Amino acid sequence: MMPHLADGFTSPTFEYQLLAPMLIVFGGAIVGVLVEAFTPRGPRRTVQVALGLVTLVVAFVVLLAVTRPKLGDLAASGTVAIDGPAVFFQGTILVLALLSFLLFVERGVDSAGDAFTPSGATIPGSASERELVAARVSQTEVWPLALFSVGGMMLFVASNDLLTFFVALEVMSLPLYLLVGLARRRRLLSQEAALKYFLLGSFSSAFLLFGSAFLFGYSGSISFTGIYDSLSSGVGLDPLLLIGTGMVAIGLFFKVGAVPFHSWVPDVYQGAPTPVTAFMAAATKVAAFGAMLRIFYVALGDYDWNWRPMFWVVTILTIVVGSILAITQTDIKRMLAYSSVAQAGFILTGVTAASDSGLSSTMFYLVAYGFATIGAFALVTLVRDGTSEATHLSRWAGLGRRSPIIAAVLSLFLLSFAGIPLTSGFIGKFLVFEAAVNGGATPLVIVGAIFSAVAAFFYVRVIVLMYFSDPPDDAPSLALPGAATTLAVAVCAAGTVALGVVPGPVIDLAQEAAAFIR
Amino acid sequence: MNPIVPILFLGLLAFGFAAFSILAGSLSGPKRYSRVKLDAYECGIEPTPQPIGGGRFPVKYYLTAMLFILFDIEIVFLYPWAVAFDQLAIFGLIEMLLFILTLGVAYAYVWRRGGLEWD
Amino acid sequence: MNAAAVVHWSEGGQQVVSDATGVFGLTWLLIALPLLGAVVLLLGGRRTNSFGPLLATALVGVAFLLGLVQFLQMVGEPAADRSFAQSLFTWAPIGDFSVDVGFQLDPLSMAFVLLVTFVGGLVHVYSLGYMANDPDRRRFFGYLNLFVASMLLLVLASNYVLVYVGWEGVGLASYLLIGFWNAKAEYATAAKKAFVMNRVGDIGMSLAIMLMVTTFGTTAFSGVFSGVEQASSGVVLAMGLLLLLAATGKSAQLPLQAWLGDAMAGPTPVSALIHAATMVTAGVYLIVRSNPIFDLSDGARLAVVLVGVLTLLFGAFVGTAKDDIKKALAASTMSQIGYMILAAGLGPAGYAFAIFHLLTHGFFKAGLFLGAGSVMHGMDDEVNMRRYGGLRKAMPITFITFFVGYLAIIGIPPFAGFFSKDKIIEAALADNVWLGVAAILGAGITAFYMSRVVFMTFFGEQRWADDVHPHESPRSMTVPMVLLGIGSVVLGYVLYSGSRIVLWLEPVVGPEEEHELGIPVLAITAIIIAVTLVGVAIAYSMYLRKPVPVQAPLGTVVTRAARQDFYQDAFNESVFMRPGQYLTRFLVFFDNRVIDGFVNGSAALIGGGSARLRRWQTGFVRSYALSMLAGAVLVVGVLVLVRL
Repeated sequence: MMPHLADGFTSPTFEYQLLAPMLIVFGGAIVGVLVEAFTPRGPRRTVQVALGLVTLVVAFVVLLAVTRPKLGDLAASGTVAIDGPAVFFQGTILVLALLSFLLFVERGVDSAGDAFTPSGATIPGSASERELVAARVSQTEVWPLALFSVGGMMLFVASNDLLTFFVALEVMSLPLYLLVGLARRRRLLSQEAALKYFLLGSFSSAFLLFGSAFLFGYSGSISFTGIYDSLSSGVGLDPLLLIGTGMVAIGLFFKVGAVPFHSWVPDVYQGAPTPVTAFMAAATKVAAFGAMLRIFYVALGDYDWNWRPMFWVVTILTIVVGSILAITQTDIKRMLAYSSVAQAGFILTGVTAASDSGLSSTMFYLVAYGFATIGAFALVTLVRDGTSEATHLSRWAGLGRRSPIIAAVLSLFLLSFAGIPLTSGFIGKFLVFEAAVNGGATPLVIVGAIFSAVAAFFYVRVIVLMYFSDPPDDAPSLALPGAATTLAVAVCAAGTVALGVVPGPVIDLAQEAAAFIR
Repeated sequence: MNPIVPILFLGLLAFGFAAFSILAGSLSGPKRYSRVKLDAYECGIEPTPQPIGGGRFPVKYYLTAMLFILFDIEIVFLYPWAVAFDQLAIFGLIEMLLFILTLGVAYAYVWRRGGLEWD
Repeated sequence: MNAAAVVHWSEGGQQVVSDATGVFGLTWLLIALPLLGAVVLLLGGRRTNSFGPLLATALVGVAFLLGLVQFLQMVGEPAADRSFAQSLFTWAPIGDFSVDVGFQLDPLSMAFVLLVTFVGGLVHVYSLGYMANDPDRRRFFGYLNLFVASMLLLVLASNYVLVYVGWEGVGLASYLLIGFWNAKAEYATAAKKAFVMNRVGDIGMSLAIMLMVTTFGTTAFSGVFSGVEQASSGVVLAMGLLLLLAATGKSAQLPLQAWLGDAMAGPTPVSALIHAATMVTAGVYLIVRSNPIFDLSDGARLAVVLVGVLTLLFGAFVGTAKDDIKKALAASTMSQIGYMILAAGLGPAGYAFAIFHLLTHGFFKAGLFLGAGSVMHGMDDEVNMRRYGGLRKAMPITFITFFVGYLAIIGIPPFAGFFSKDKIIEAALADNVWLGVAAILGAGITAFYMSRVVFMTFFGEQRWADDVHPHESPRSMTVPMVLLGIGSVVLGYVLYSGSRIVLWLEPVVGPEEEHELGIPVLAITAIIIAVTLVGVAIAYSMYLRKPVPVQAPLGTVVTRAARQDFYQDAFNESVFMRPGQYLTRFLVFFDNRVIDGFVNGSAALIGGGSARLRRWQTGFVRSYALSMLAGAVLVVGVLVLVRL
């Protein structure tokens, strides 16, 4: 369906209704840039916050009201597929982004303001930085940047050809590289993390782009449908397909943080401002898995007996290495980072199933994981040493006695990660394991089950630390969360419990939605 | 012929070219190193010593260069549209206007935030 | 759930499950009542401090009454029509596979409902007195209610996934209660140990469930049990072994026994309810409930028998060396559950007796623990038996109830334990002489260490410090002890006479298999009693004739080993923990060093270029990128390999 100049030029079509949510988000981001340009510094932040939140809400409403009833079509001349999984993932991304934005807004937990540096261009510790802090300036570019990233994610999960796919990946990633470097506290760590993420991210993008070129070389088409067709007709050079598949997979494995492409995860999660970490860990993972599912289920759908063994290896490595390395972590953000690596392994188990139930179980798991992740990182922002977050695990000792509610809610999220029944994590693990077993990946499930016990160990270690150890003498202070953080944590906790107790509606939704169009 | 052979050949060719260039350079060139020659090439700015603790890193040059590239690419995108603009008709016109408008927004941002001021 | 769905076929016929109507339709309420209590107490906060404990106790009481009404109704039905199913809603619909929240009330679960609510109710009452001065008792009662709800869910569930939910629920509640006095570090370690060991067992459970899903496409009892005959023997064996692994974790059997002793760190009523009477018997329930699976696999049954017999001896030996009264009782629990597991492993010949012993044990062991709690209550929380002595005068009611429980556990006729243990030993003997001998030996050692406990605690001269003033416990504590004591006396005969328990469970586990014994039953009984009395006599000569030293003597190698639980912790440490630590360290090392070293090494190889190479590379990003490159080789390599 690509326009060809040779056989009569057809003007591209553009289904605005189907693309509306994405257009709204991008539009919001562009307006955000204008706000940066023309609004005076005083009210700027207020305007940006309102704009960001309203954009996300409107996009979500439009997604449900306008796009969802019409789904099932290719849009924009076949470059974008608005099908069940796309809309499901877009909705998930919007909700998770909204929750993360609530954490971005929070100004109550740090005495100096929100989680972002007043100016990314000042030298850490310099006089000009101090001036800006004193003036309570804030770097409001955060908002349009995050909106651009959200828009990129939404396009990423819906992209139906290699070019859109790559452009969406970059639109999603570039703002993230910047956001990572904007922490208010420990700025050098944050800037280092941003640089690392950028370098390795470009490296992985190169793989992905190179792989796309190979796939194009194999099939002579950049559209996923075209690649699928050429697979069934069997034309094309096999090695091109093989190398192309591998390299595209590498790019995506990097984004989801699968072993051995995970090395950036702990450093970046630790260095980034915690609200950004929450956003990345939850929404980016959803987007990357959504795109991974589409390219491997749609374009390479009939080729699964070829790529599945490779997924097996990566899945097992991811679960094993992620779980084991998490055990020795002493920093809670790094621990959560390795835990998210291990979680990526469990999600990959569902992807490896290569079936409709693999798709729907992965979709459910991502929702469950997203809520718990944002909630957990939100709580990390509350425990503070003086001004910085107290992320060393020893500082969390005895928290259960000093702040039973924070400890209890964090325990809930950790138990969900560990897959204890009546939390969303249990249902999620159950679904992906069930899909994997039916997809003939029983050994994966055995590894998964064994390592979920190993993983339980380090989650429980934190709980034990919080409840059964004595608090340190100079115990960190507990910031009183503002309304925004409280709301975000409450929604995440409610979601975690609800998806564990009455998962039916969301499972139904995922199953209904679990049909790609080609 | 095995289909993998051309790919291997391509790879060898790429590697060979790189190896040849480096090798030829180090073999044929005179080896008179000086401090300046050993420095990494950084678009005209001394990479070391870094201005730590005091002044800022001057980025004016990069900003201008970056802006130039952006608008350069804008023109590149305008070119294919110009070729097929009669077939694209009104749709193409609107889309292209939107594209230019978007870039205009970025331009406005840079202008308002002082990115175009040299001093 | 279909009306009159066939649950399973066994040689004696089939278990027919009909829709729950009338009072059986209220089965969900059994779970909802204590759950409501837990929710109110845990979420209600301080407002519920005043009435919370009473409310919790009352709710369990109401659940017991409801269970009793259902029981009486069930007794009125003909034996074949005593199984009822109720499906509330579909919890997780997954395509054509779905998990229902459904309950199955049949004679087996009925027996557990009565045990759990009755003993649970008594422990609640007891705790009103025992925890009277604890500022946090509202939370304690909330956890207790949570436990009762989870345990009832476990035994009432009609599919394995829901069993698993209850299974995790009791684990969580137990974990919370062990660590209830969380101010002490060793208690926290105990709680963590219990949790992790249980998780190891849970791997077995979750894998068994996955295996069921693939093999039968369902986890409902009805579907699994009707499909199991068509399954290949390898699958059935695997399922049996996995379920056994789950059972060993929850029931503290070898090799996952290590947590039970440490779990005694929790408040004593908790030890009575969870770590003696109910939760630890969940493994026995699981095996008996899965009897159609075990019936079809001799291999799995053999493994069950071995686990049972080894644990019963292990626990008994450990029990002889413990000076901590609760740890001695914990070892005894381990050993008694070993008997139950042994019986369950004997197949149709033993299922009913496993449950029989489980029920009597639930009464007398709970009674013994409550007695121990009462002693501790009067002795300022002293647990070392070497500091007791002659307490029978100071605490007459505690002494009498404890003594009744003692006679029951060592199996003196006509106390409860005599009937149930005797039947298990007979069945074991009929199966294999050596099994029987081991079981009889176990009975002798049981008699020895329980006599030791009783003699050291209640007889002999007093050895406590001068500032301790032992006194009898309040009414709220003694009344439950008396009730459990009465149960320890009569329950055995009541269930035994006319083979009541066997007939009652027949619809679920099939008819008892007749067994041939070479010698008359009466002779066996005589031998068992004789061995028991020898055990008592040895204890008498060692601990009553001679004064008990306050400092434990060094003892022989065996005694020292038994005191250390036969070095179970050292074993776990060297076999599981250390290698795990080394693996972790290696991985961390690999992440940090090897990849780096590889980069540096290869840089050096290029020769002289290393310094220049370093100049471009300012951070560790290089090693990350290299690991990505290695990963890329791996990914493409695997892809190519598949194609070859």
